[in-house]
Amino acid sequence: MKKLALLSGVILFFCLLLGLGSSALNETPKESGKVLNLYNWGDYIDPSLISEFESETGYHVVYETFDSNESMYTKLKQGSNHYDLTIPSDYMVEKMKNDGLVQPIDKSKLNFLNEMDSSIMGLSYDSQNNYSIPYFYGTLGIVYNDQYVDGAKLQSFTDLWRVDYRHSMMLVDSARDVIGLSLISDGHSLNTTDNSLLKQAKEKLDKLAPNVKAIVADEMKMYMIQNEAAIGVTWSGEAAEMLKNNEHLHYVIPKEGSNLWVDNFVIPKSAQHSDAAYAFMNFMMRPENAAKNSVYLGYSTPNVLAKQELEKTQDPVLAFYPTADQMKHLEVFEDLGQDAVQTYNDLFLEFKMYRN
Amino acid sequence: MKLRKNLFMLPYLFWLLLFVILPLILIVVQSLIGTDGQLTLANFVSFFTSGTYLSMTVNSFIYALIVTVITLVISYPVAYILTKLKHSQFFLLLIILPTWINVLLKAYAFIGLFSQSGWINQFLGIFGIGPTQLLFTDFAFIFVASYIEIPFMILPIFNSLKTINGEYIHAANDLGATRFQTFTKVIWPLSLDGVKSGIQSIFIPTLSLFMITRLIGGNRVITLGTAIEQHFLTTMNWGMGSTIGVILMIIMIASMKLTNGSK
Repeated sequence: MKKLALLSGVILFFCLLLGLGSSALNETPKESGKVLNLYNWGDYIDPSLISEFESETGYHVVYETFDSNESMYTKLKQGSNHYDLTIPSDYMVEKMKNDGLVQPIDKSKLNFLNEMDSSIMGLSYDSQNNYSIPYFYGTLGIVYNDQYVDGAKLQSFTDLWRVDYRHSMMLVDSARDVIGLSLISDGHSLNTTDNSLLKQAKEKLDKLAPNVKAIVADEMKMYMIQNEAAIGVTWSGEAAEMLKNNEHLHYVIPKEGSNLWVDNFVIPKSAQHSDAAYAFMNFMMRPENAAKNSVYLGYSTPNVLAKQELEKTQDPVLAFYPTADQMKHLEVFEDLGQDAVQTYNDLFLEFKMYRN
Repeated sequence: MKLRKNLFMLPYLFWLLLFVILPLILIVVQSLIGTDGQLTLANFVSFFTSGTYLSMTVNSFIYALIVTVITLVISYPVAYILTKLKHSQFFLLLIILPTWINVLLKAYAFIGLFSQSGWINQFLGIFGIGPTQLLFTDFAFIFVASYIEIPFMILPIFNSLKTINGEYIHAANDLGATRFQTFTKVIWPLSLDGVKSGIQSIFIPTLSLFMITRLIGGNRVITLGTAIEQHFLTTMNWGMGSTIGVILMIIMIASMKLTNGSK
């Protein structure tokens, strides 16, 4: 019995020691104040840029990740965290702004604003960019495999309905993108909230169901690379990753238009190191860094000088940058409010259930 | 001594309260809250009036039933043979071993087997059967779900078969029962408890499987789990997600009552 007590005493002591040790380790950078708590999407930055930023500025970057706008929103809303910088998409910026979760950005502390592409700035979700600064943008488009599909016949979302694509495509598992592509193919807005139009769009999707092999998420990359499907509807950065690994794949921005999405830097209300956040934004948007990041991820940088740098070297990533002409047909998501989001998702669920 | 016994109960009771009772209460409360934050039964009303949710429930039921039946049909003979083997513990370990591997990894392994360029299609190719679509089919989903669940069916059946006193079987033989009669009149009734707990630990989890439905089923197979995931992660309508959770719990209690009541 005595031995047992001694043993448990020893174990408890070590636990205490470990606990103290780890909390001490966590606190060291905080005390010095040179820390940046970055809350970003998984694999959404060139990691070498983080270490460069750390050695250049002396800030220590604590990198935490999320996998959807919604989960990031939920975590911020629940409080008890102190992220200094996070990167929501367009409609989520609007929602966070409306819910008072973000703080205004002091533009005088940013030195790259005059280098930003004006067509990506001042979009409907934050018309003055008072709360958000674009980090990357991209499109929703179609990836096809030239071994099975004649690219000339697949130039628009409408083409997806062709009967010769029976059972050969994959769609992203995202309600607004999939219902959106049906809306676009009929010439409606991506931000439609009219129930009868949405129903119509869903009925049209049911006719697409025989062509759809699967509705998947990140796995689509792997499937497309392995020739599992001939056609995939996905985001430009995902497509870039696929194209790098399979030379038969090509990316098309549909000619009737598509979704333009923009992921933005925002500073949460609860941020404690906003200086670090500004330093990080300035570092990341420096033309050479923004260009490097774009090449690494395949998404498009809103920094014009960075894009010019890519044009000089004819980098293949430029294929994913929409042209000025295509830009005119692209539309950004708006926050539609809880009811409409629910309608979109219910209809999407119905579409998934649809069997022919 | 009595006090000491109760003291040992304390961690368990604490655990039960904190991680079983409290979350259950939270789910029930959450299910009664509408999107506007008011107390309401609207979530239940919309569940039972929506064709989508009802047909999804029926779908999940059918899939879960098929998976349960398949695992039972495979597991019972396996468990029976295992009890007869000399090194049954070793073979049991082989059955348990795969459960130590993460479900996600197993799912990805099956993607490698089932895909167009996967091993199964390569094998079929030898006989001139061109690549067939295996992934994203009902077959693939049911196969993988059954594979994952089988150990949870074998173990309880094996345990209940193992505890059957061999003298009963001798007695049955002595009294002139055929082998078939011995099985239906003696072995099966005595192993029924194992079968029941096997069914319970497979049927309900299968109703709400969701990762497999996307990875292997390509979202062409939809279960209630898919809807719960969507309500919590995409639409942020926790009320509706909890409502489906509560309905699942009610189904679970009903199915337990049903399997236990048939004694």
